[in-house]
Amino acid sequence: MKDFLNSWGISLAVFLPLVGATAMLVVPKAQEQFHKVVALVTSLAVGVVGILLMTNFDYDASGKLQFVVDAAWIPMINARYIVGIDGISLPLIALTLLVVPLCIIYSWNHFPEPRNPKAFLILVLILETGMIGTFVAQDLILFFVFFEVVLLPMYFLIGVWGGEKRQYASLKFFLYTLFGSALMIVAFLALYFLSDEIMVGGRMMHSFDMRLLPELATGISAGAALWIFGGMFMGFGIKVPMFPFHTWLPDAHTQAPTVGSVILAAVLLKLGTYGFIRIAIPILPGAAEKWAPVIGLLAVIGIIYGALCCLAQTDMKRLIAFSSVSHMGFVMLGIATLTDFGFQAAIFGMVAHGLITGMLFFVAGSTKERYHTLDISRLGGMLKQIPHMGWILGFSVMASLGLPGLAGFWGEFPAILAAYDPAPGLNVAFFRVLMVVAALGTVLAAGYLLWLYQRVGFGVPKEEFENDPHIHDVSFTEWVAWTPMLVLIVVLGFFPNIIFKVTDGAVANVTAAVNWMGG
Amino acid sequence: MTSDPVFAWSAPNLDLHALAPLIVVTVTMIVLIVVDLFTSERSRWAASSIAGIGLLVAAVPIATLAYDGVDRVMFDGAFVVDRYALVLQALFIAAGYVVVLLSTNYIAEGDYWEGEYYTLLLSSVLGMMVMACARDLISIFVALELVSIPAYMLAAWRKRGADSNEAGLKYYLMGVFASAVLLYGMSIVFGITGSTLLAEIGGELGSFVSAQPIITLGIVFVLIGFAFKVSAVPFHTWAPDTYEGAPTPVTSFLAVASKAAGFVAILNVLFVGFYGRSDVWQPLMWILAALTMTVGNLIALRQTNVVRMLAYSGIAQAGYILAPLAVAGASLGTGGDALRSVVIYLLIYAGMNLGAFAVVIAVARKTRSAEISSFGGLFSYAPALTVCMTVFLFSLAGIPPAAGWFAKLSIFGSLASAGTTWGYVLAVVVAVNSVVAFGYYGRLLRTMWMSEVPDGDRTPIRVPASLVFALVITVAFTITWGVLPGLLTHFTDQVTLFSLLR
Repeated sequence: MKDFLNSWGISLAVFLPLVGATAMLVVPKAQEQFHKVVALVTSLAVGVVGILLMTNFDYDASGKLQFVVDAAWIPMINARYIVGIDGISLPLIALTLLVVPLCIIYSWNHFPEPRNPKAFLILVLILETGMIGTFVAQDLILFFVFFEVVLLPMYFLIGVWGGEKRQYASLKFFLYTLFGSALMIVAFLALYFLSDEIMVGGRMMHSFDMRLLPELATGISAGAALWIFGGMFMGFGIKVPMFPFHTWLPDAHTQAPTVGSVILAAVLLKLGTYGFIRIAIPILPGAAEKWAPVIGLLAVIGIIYGALCCLAQTDMKRLIAFSSVSHMGFVMLGIATLTDFGFQAAIFGMVAHGLITGMLFFVAGSTKERYHTLDISRLGGMLKQIPHMGWILGFSVMASLGLPGLAGFWGEFPAILAAYDPAPGLNVAFFRVLMVVAALGTVLAAGYLLWLYQRVGFGVPKEEFENDPHIHDVSFTEWVAWTPMLVLIVVLGFFPNIIFKVTDGAVANVTAAVNWMGG
Repeated sequence: MTSDPVFAWSAPNLDLHALAPLIVVTVTMIVLIVVDLFTSERSRWAASSIAGIGLLVAAVPIATLAYDGVDRVMFDGAFVVDRYALVLQALFIAAGYVVVLLSTNYIAEGDYWEGEYYTLLLSSVLGMMVMACARDLISIFVALELVSIPAYMLAAWRKRGADSNEAGLKYYLMGVFASAVLLYGMSIVFGITGSTLLAEIGGELGSFVSAQPIITLGIVFVLIGFAFKVSAVPFHTWAPDTYEGAPTPVTSFLAVASKAAGFVAILNVLFVGFYGRSDVWQPLMWILAALTMTVGNLIALRQTNVVRMLAYSGIAQAGYILAPLAVAGASLGTGGDALRSVVIYLLIYAGMNLGAFAVVIAVARKTRSAEISSFGGLFSYAPALTVCMTVFLFSLAGIPPAAGWFAKLSIFGSLASAGTTWGYVLAVVVAVNSVVAFGYYGRLLRTMWMSEVPDGDRTPIRVPASLVFALVITVAFTITWGVLPGLLTHFTDQVTLFSLLR
């Protein structure tokens, strides 16, 4: 078993969704039941592979890449098929493996117009391949390919199944991300050509191997490294999204179908932050140190700006979207400190934000389905009319504002704390100012979230919806899709060590690179 | 008399194996003419089959020559069959074959002259195959005319359509003008170096330090002559009108094969003849590349007709292909990278662009239109065609896993490998342009996937077998090369033109 997992486990998890998608491709779209079952079974099978990988993962050596496969792919440029899992990618893969089947279950009876479950589910499965692939890739070109593969299905999910302004939103989403990744690939190539060569099969060649690059890239001049980091910053920063590149996000989230929003919030945004921790910082720690104040500043602007925008929103989904900008600001602040503690907070923040905001988008989607509007001023009295939904919304709101005892707390609080004591070489006073401002952001977060809940959950139902027969409480598929996420939010809130323990060893590698540079 | 060395003549050594691909295509042309003469009107359909089979047979000697792997030099170095030539000949044959598939129903149903059509198509392909081997100014010129003259006629093939006549005439006039500029440049180069052989020109030009202005003039004129052929801005003005007016299969031929032939000519003269004078051609190529991709993309954004959009997209793509040449002189290593990236781009470009045209032809069979709006809601009644087109458009936009990403990556790679500021700046220009380009590729995608059917007619499209086959070939190539680019680089790895440098 162990041998099998070592050589095939990751590849199976990455490409199994494509197998399912291919099977669905050849069956006519009228067979809706078939498509739903195949998609669910496929995503569950991927989940099982993931569980096997996780149970066989050596947690004592979480800093070491495990289940590594290293095979030739494009010999001409020495790009290789290298995949592996370590403590940084493991929690994010787990999140992906959890969210995708839940999304499929949630859509079971909820396919947005124009329905067509076949195409919808095929796209979700392709998306899963792209997401898992990005988290396991250990070669820059392979990473780039998966990073881009994610774009296509999301473009169609938003553009075909989205809201009224879906065409505008999908194109904006695509152009923004494409712009970032085009600069990112130039940066990757500059890195490739400027780093040292290694011996491959008898001749000296450059390498895209992410495991070797931190060492090979030490010879790059400080000026060139700054530019290269800048290119990566554009690629990852737009994906996160960081202020001022965030404007695609509210449109994409608001227009996307529920499942699209959930996957976007839960996993896609993390591709950007993951890129910083996995690629940009360990390979170019010197440049990271120079960029860190900029990242920290933009992160904190994002926290405050996102929160202020939330206060001004009248649409529930748009409000949650802006809260994402704010929350991802905390993640980026943690990363900007370049410390062990900051990176750990960032990874925890990614998972927590994925679960909580994903949950909020689920609730928003279900609300829209019942009330046919997300206009906050028209909603109200949810606790009275549909109490279970109301409580779930309340729970998610509490988690999102960082209530201790729930997962959200462990993403925000340590990130703020980390800014108190940033990595050596960074301006301590500056980061402490950032810390104070970020802490104010949590107050704003409590403000907009509680205000949202007050308007939507409390009070009495508005007249127009009072006797609406369509408005029913949480349905069976919704319970199935939501329970795991709700449970995890509590479990991670009480036992944050589940994740901290996994990330600890792996993050140490990243900080080692930074400290070596700074020292 | 015979003792005088000037008049001594011995029969050139003919390597029939090396010439076999050309001979096969020539014989096919003759067979086509003869069959056309002696068959009745009703059995004219045979023409396309003969042309297709002829091209497939020509692929056999190419395979054996590649397996043999020896560089064959003939006519004192004017005609060379090496790996570079073979890869490109294979490209031209494959592109020609797909164009035959695209033409089969279009030409048969349009009541056109079939025998002549395929004969001219094959003679143009023949010219391209000669171009791949030509290492001499005169043979390059002859090859170029052999490519172009049949193409002028093909562009005007819909004799009764005014736009087709316009297409042919415009193409002809601009083409002849380009040939004149080219010849003038060639005559200057010949005047300076005293040779038409590219390898000798290379040796002479490299050692000249004086006569800078006249050398510059010669090189620039030659390159501008080819710039017309590859429709580089500002010499592109014929392309959109010609593409729109010509029969669509011919358009695909011009946009892919004919353009590739122009690039092959540029590669030949640049890497063998002018390589030593990179100070002259590098800045020219930089400006041409940046201008071509930017102008092509910006104008493409405003098009409402798919064929015109693909024409401008093709202009922009030509800009990407020119980009590596702007740094090719930095070092021999970078030059090799640049050459390979251009060849890779040409191969991938052929696959994806021919595929896009195949979809346009298939859709036009139902809608009788190439307006972008006529593609509205295609996904709802022709999902397979929509998915194919999506693959091609993503490939053209350079998004993995469709092959276009690797083509772009090779371009970026050779630009970065030069390590110069100008190289990096051009790479960023390419990056920004890729984003602009998605504006119009994305619009077509949006129309197909997200818009309503304009006339509400959802009857499925019946796609003839030959078009299905063309689509299968192009999709297979686009996906396979995108997922496993190693299969492609396996063939282009050894491609070089430097073995002839002295």
